Formats: sequence, structure tokens, C-alpha cells
Amino acid sequence: MEFISLLGRVFIHFLRASGQLGIFTVKAIYNCFTPPFYFKKIAEQLIEIGFYSLPVVALTTFFAGAVIALQTYTGFARFSAEGAVAMVVLIAVTRELAPVMAGLMVAGRIGAAMAAELGTMRVTEQIDALSTLSTNPFKYLISPRILAGIVMMPVLVLIGDVIGICGGYIIGVYKLDFNASSYLVNTWNFMEPMDVISGLVKASVFGFIITLLGCYNGYNSKGGAQGVGSATTNAVVSASILILIFNYILTEIFFNS
Amino acid sequence: MTERKNPAQKEFNKTLVQKTMALFSSKQPHPIKIKLSNVHKSFGKKVVLDGLDLDIRKGESLVIIGGSGTGKSVTLKSILGLLTPEEGSITVDGVEVVNASTKVHEQVNAQIGMLFQGAALFDSMTVWENVAFGLIQGHKMKKKEAKKIALEKMAQVGLTADVGDLYPADLSGGMKKRVGLARAIATHPEIIFFDEPTTGLDPIMSDVINDLIVDSVKKLGATAVTITHDMTSARKIADRIAMLYKGKIIWIGTVKEIEKTKNPYVVQFINGSAQGPIQMAVKADD
Repeated sequence: MEFISLLGRVFIHFLRASGQLGIFTVKAIYNCFTPPFYFKKIAEQLIEIGFYSLPVVALTTFFAGAVIALQTYTGFARFSAEGAVAMVVLIAVTRELAPVMAGLMVAGRIGAAMAAELGTMRVTEQIDALSTLSTNPFKYLISPRILAGIVMMPVLVLIGDVIGICGGYIIGVYKLDFNASSYLVNTWNFMEPMDVISGLVKASVFGFIITLLGCYNGYNSKGGAQGVGSATTNAVVSASILILIFNYILTEIFFNS
Repeated sequence: MTERKNPAQKEFNKTLVQKTMALFSSKQPHPIKIKLSNVHKSFGKKVVLDGLDLDIRKGESLVIIGGSGTGKSVTLKSILGLLTPEEGSITVDGVEVVNASTKVHEQVNAQIGMLFQGAALFDSMTVWENVAFGLIQGHKMKKKEAKKIALEKMAQVGLTADVGDLYPADLSGGMKKRVGLARAIATHPEIIFFDEPTTGLDPIMSDVINDLIVDSVKKLGATAVTITHDMTSARKIADRIAMLYKGKIIWIGTVKEIEKTKNPYVVQFINGSAQGPIQMAVKADD
């Protein structure tokens, strides 16, 4: 009997949390597209998410591309298909590695920072203060972050695509002794617009997930330092899990239908 | 024989009647600015406001006293629309704010200024940007003009212009409160809320803040609502004092009346005695 009541409590808690997140999401989207728009705040967030995340994304995608080249070569050598390295690197990086790696890294960097910043603003009543100063906190704090996330993640992933392919190229040419020009020609010939486009759409969705959950957890944080701490953890963990789930769903939509 | 009145006499009599009428009407109670009727608010099983009724008159300075967890902050936050009561009605200038749209809240809050307990200054902005925030964002004022007004308001609360370029993290508790006060009065609000304005300050700084509050409210002619448990502050600021206990107003009266009251709850509170009908809750959610 106790087990059933525990199960019920967990289920009700889950429903309540989902409902709260659903309402928050609708409000956030509505406020993204209704004036007033705080262009300065949007520009700040574009720079914060796009420019300052660039080194992390570049490093991650470079090594991801490099390791895929190495793994594919050693794996494909078993049935003499080493020639497919360029194509595998291209597909792996553009479709999967760049968006997912960039998503996870940005979730750690930006999602955590957003939850911590908004969480601190919440517990020190700065968000309440905004409401008393004729400013809608959703429009001033949340919409600029979400818009910047949706716009900048594809840009980051596009750069990540190029750097990841470069990583594969460097390993392919300098370590595995492929011919440089034929590697590039292979990459170019195998490239299909859908590979890149699907990655960019995924990136945009991940950008939305990261910023939404960063804002949601920060905006609703309670208590003091501990509350802000758990908001930060929740933001990163939930965004990472959702990125992986949505990665599968989007792959299914793009390539399996 | 009846004396014929000359026109000058007639005019004098007319003025006299007008003046008497004006005097008479000034004796009438002020119109209600904020009205709370039967307001209920709970957090889970904890009932915080339990049928709160309160009328706040236009132009008065009302101080709400009460222990921690009695619902003082919740009352202010409910008026601002930051919390939504489950039941009851709150009107500001006759406009209902319970379950009102965001637009209505924005319109109502535009005439309210608030000094928060911890000052709630935006730590990413300088002091003058904090003070000018409501003018720039709410009133769409040009930055240069807003800065001029911000510096004037800062001077009004005893802060020099060079403080304007500092960040809130560089300020002491008392200075933060002053900046918070300057920000609250910058937009010339009709209503000002003060959330525990003297908590955490030394007695001298508390008195300075109290003086500034009295002065600012008088200058603006605003309706002020202060929540505090500092009786020295309450006596200095208040026209009327209301005591909140277990989510209800249990006593309301002037500063003179509170000294004479025999209400055991009020007597215990103003004397700061552990013995009496009020049993302090160990867990404070206020």
C-alpha cells in the first residue's frame, strides 16, 4: 500500500513539474515574439552564447573529428574500406558529433551560468524588483536568452562542422597518410545538404532546450545558496538528458521517414 | 430693517461657504487607495493569509507590524501580483489585481515603488543605472536625462555623484538601502512599499533611513505601506499601525492609540516579551 502511495506521489510530482515547465515554455515563447524587445540584452546574449562558447566548441569538435577518423580507419581496415574515412567523418561530424557535443558543452557552460545568474537574482529579489520597475522579467531576462540560444547554436555548430572535418583531415593526412587533395575531394563529393541542415536544425532545438531549462531552473529556484546550486545542477542534467532524447527523435524524423 | 448686502459682502460669504465646505470635506476620511478583502493565501498546508481585510487610505503612511511568518511580505507581494491569493479581492485605485492580466499588473505596478529588504539592487549595473532603471525601461526616458534625475534622487537620500559609478557590491548595507530608496522614489510613484527598511542596520543608520522615508513620502505625497518588526521605526514612520497575526489584521490604530491599547497581542509585541498569547513559530516562511 505504501509503495502505491509513493508511486502516486512521484507521479503527481512529475505531472506538476511537467505542467509548470509547459506553462513556462508557452509564456517564454509568447514573450519572445511580442514587444517590447530588449535588443541590447539580445545582443549581449548573442555574444555570450556565440562568441564566448566558441573555444570550447572548437576544441571539442576538433578532437571529435580527429578521433572518428582514427577509429574509422582502424575499424574499416578490417575489411579494406579505409577509403570511407572522409565520408564517415563528414557524416558523423555534421549529423551527430558537432550538434551533440556542442549542445552538451554549451549546456554545461551557458545553461549552468543562466541558472546560477537567474537563481541568484530570484533569491535576492532582483526579479521581483524588475516587476516593480515596469519591466516584465520574462521579456527582459528570459526571451533574450532563448532567442540568442536558438540563433547562435546553429552558428556554433556550423563552425564546429568545419573544425571537426579539419580534425579528421589532419589525422587522415598527417597520421594515416591519405592524399590531402583526394581526402578533400571525397569530403566535398559525399557532402549532402541534408547532413548539414539536419545538424543545424538539431542545434537550434538544443539551443532552445539549454536556454529554456537554464532559465526555468534559475527563475524558479528557491531558498539561498543551496537552492541556486541545485537549480544549476538540474539545469545542466535535465538539458543534457533532453538533448540526447531529442537528438534521437530528430534523427528519426530526418533520416528514418 | 433688513440691510441690503453689497456685492463684496456677497463674495465674502460665498468664499466663506466654500472654505467651510473644503474644511468639512478634509475632515472626511481619505479615499481608499488599496483595499484587501478576505484575502487567503497558503503554501501547501501552511496558511499564511487567512481572510485578511485591510483598507489603506490615500496619502497615509501605514505600517504593518507582526512577527516572522505572519504574512507581511506575502501581503505586499500579493498586491504587486508577484503572488496570487487563492481567494479574496485586492484593489488598487479600484482596479482588481487578483488574477489580473500581466498588462493590468504592469499598469498598477507602474505607480508603485518598492524598497526591498535586501535592497535587491541589480548587481550587473552601476548605482546610477539602478536608480535610473525605472525611468529608462518604464518611462522610456533618454539615458542622459535619466542619469540627471537619478543623481538628483541620490542626492536626496544623501549619496554623492561619485557613488553613482560604483557597483552595488562595493556598497555597505546602509548605502544599499539608500540606493534602493532612491530607486523606489525615482519614478514619482503614488504608492511606496517598504519591506523591513531598517532590518540589518545599526540604530543610527536605521534612524537615518527612517528620516529619509518620512521625508521622501512627504515630498511625494505618496501612500506608503511599510512592513517591519522594528517598533522604533514604526512609531517614526506611521500615521496608522496595523498588526498582522496568523494571517489576519488583529489590531489597527494610530501611533498614539497603540501606546494605550490593552490588546494583549499588541502589548506583547511592542514590549518584545516572550511571555504572552503570541507563540513564536520556530519555522519562519515569511
